[in-house]
Amino acid sequence: MSPSPALGWPEPIVDVRLVSFRYGGTPALEDVSLSARSGEFVGLVGPNGAGKSTLVRLLAGLLAPGRGRVRLAGLDPSSAPRRQVARLCALVPQEPRLTWPFTVREVVMMGRAPRQGFLALPGPLDHGAVEGALRACDLVHLADRRIDALSGGERRRVFFARALSQEPRVLLFDEPTAFLDLGHQVAAMRMAQAAARGGLCVLAVLHDLNLAAAACDRLVVMSRGRVVADGGPAEVLTAERVREVWEVPVWRGENARSGAPVVLPEL
Amino acid sequence: MTSLRGRLVVLLVAGAATVLAAVAFSSAVGPQPISFQAAFSGVEPDHAILLELRFPRALLAAVVGAALAGAGVALQALLRNALAEPFVLGVSGGAALGGTLVILAATLAVRAFGPGAALFFEGAPVALGAVAGAAASAVLVFGLARIQGHPVPETALLVGVVFNAFASGLITVLRLLVPPEQAARLLYWLLGTVAYQGAGTILAGAVGVALTLALLVLFSGRLNLLTLADEEAASLGVDVRRTRAVIFFAASAATGAAVALSGMVGFVGLIVPHLVRRVVGPDHRLLVPTSALFGAAFLVMADALARLLFLPLGTEPPVGAVTAFLGGPFFLWLLRRSGRPQAGGFA
Repeated sequence: MSPSPALGWPEPIVDVRLVSFRYGGTPALEDVSLSARSGEFVGLVGPNGAGKSTLVRLLAGLLAPGRGRVRLAGLDPSSAPRRQVARLCALVPQEPRLTWPFTVREVVMMGRAPRQGFLALPGPLDHGAVEGALRACDLVHLADRRIDALSGGERRRVFFARALSQEPRVLLFDEPTAFLDLGHQVAAMRMAQAAARGGLCVLAVLHDLNLAAAACDRLVVMSRGRVVADGGPAEVLTAERVREVWEVPVWRGENARSGAPVVLPEL
Repeated sequence: MTSLRGRLVVLLVAGAATVLAAVAFSSAVGPQPISFQAAFSGVEPDHAILLELRFPRALLAAVVGAALAGAGVALQALLRNALAEPFVLGVSGGAALGGTLVILAATLAVRAFGPGAALFFEGAPVALGAVAGAAASAVLVFGLARIQGHPVPETALLVGVVFNAFASGLITVLRLLVPPEQAARLLYWLLGTVAYQGAGTILAGAVGVALTLALLVLFSGRLNLLTLADEEAASLGVDVRRTRAVIFFAASAATGAAVALSGMVGFVGLIVPHLVRRVVGPDHRLLVPTSALFGAAFLVMADALARLLFLPLGTEPPVGAVTAFLGGPFFLWLLRRSGRPQAGGFA
């Protein structure tokens, strides 16, 4: 089956096997299997309601599978202690909610919570991780600003930095580029790519197929609660599959320089 | 960037100094002028006025103020809204109802078993009844205000108002069941009175309040995360359900203790955390202990001013009337302010 680490392949850190999940009576996932390794940037694509966000919440341990099993580095994220899961896996939510205007640095420091005691007084390791995350996300100059004074794109970077300061091994994104302009979309994808190159396993729910195809190592296509394709972007994003899954006629081409597939809807 | 520890130390020292100054002021003022020097060297009546009347009363106000401000911060974190407060949310009303039920039980027991039975209902059982009433009403109000798993602040405030009306109606009926003299005492208690309590009562209250505040301080790092969405908090390592239960308990216990000691004193938990937040920011590791200290100083001063301003009339209003007088307009101002569109979700 899967090659052992001795042969040069790391064991998959994300391992989902035959998972099914229902919200009440409504099925959301059916027999989903997926694995991902450290250093990989995997894009989860598919139409609305395909089950992508549900899968991310199962991976983060926020939901428990009805059937099948989810493992993160051998740990069941829905039953393991929350702090242990949070040290292993960070989630960048789609729409983070903040009731009070914390400063950027305070929000990023929240990522250290799973490694801090009750009073959560930060130590040198915490400060180091926070400063590193602020630098990685180009937030040093905004560190003492209130988060409600930032633009949407800047705010998104703050929550990315918070996830980095968690020092996780798995990084989950729920639509990191939603509501961002092109420049901020590209910046978000570059940060995710950099995290993967740094050795994290990055999984992102993405809606922009061209951005996903350009940035991800692998795409997993979901439709009606099932995984219908899993592989390299060029192999997965055929015109036929896009037509079938998204029910939209498309023109499919290729970026002449990178070889990444390009799909354009035909109106 | 000053360190969190440094800021915490500065705030604790400033808060403690303010409390001491307030207690000293409150001990000094009253209808009968006294000299501290005479009081400490045992000259009567100065000695008795200071150590048996004014100082214990200031201490009681400090304990109640700290409890209410701490409970206010905790409830604001749970509801994710700056308008949450034990009195406004009906938690104080629940505590008053719980305490009244115990007092009624005592009256009935005395009727059935003779005066000795009252011993089992004085003091501690009333306080426990108040804590239980506070917890029950908090669970009820927050339970009814959850829509699709998320607390809706406006609904919680409405439910709190309705619950308050319901509780005070019920208390009015219950008051008819006790002897007139006790009914009058009950009424005065419920108005929010920092009265002259015995040293044992004050000490027990202080210990209980200190324990619940310590619990809140211990959980203050997690309170920061609880102000985020539930799933976000969970993804940052918080066991949301368990943590919320602990905070509920601490806020209810603090409110119950405050109500048992001095009845329904409103708005302390609204005014003080809001002002403190403006200075120290929203970090609960600073906000919880600082609010508790300034809450203590605030109520001590409110009580002293109530005494001072009504001196010419030869009477004094219950301190609950003073805090309501200040707090009502403050609440409305805060409501208008947080409703402004540019303020967004940030109160």
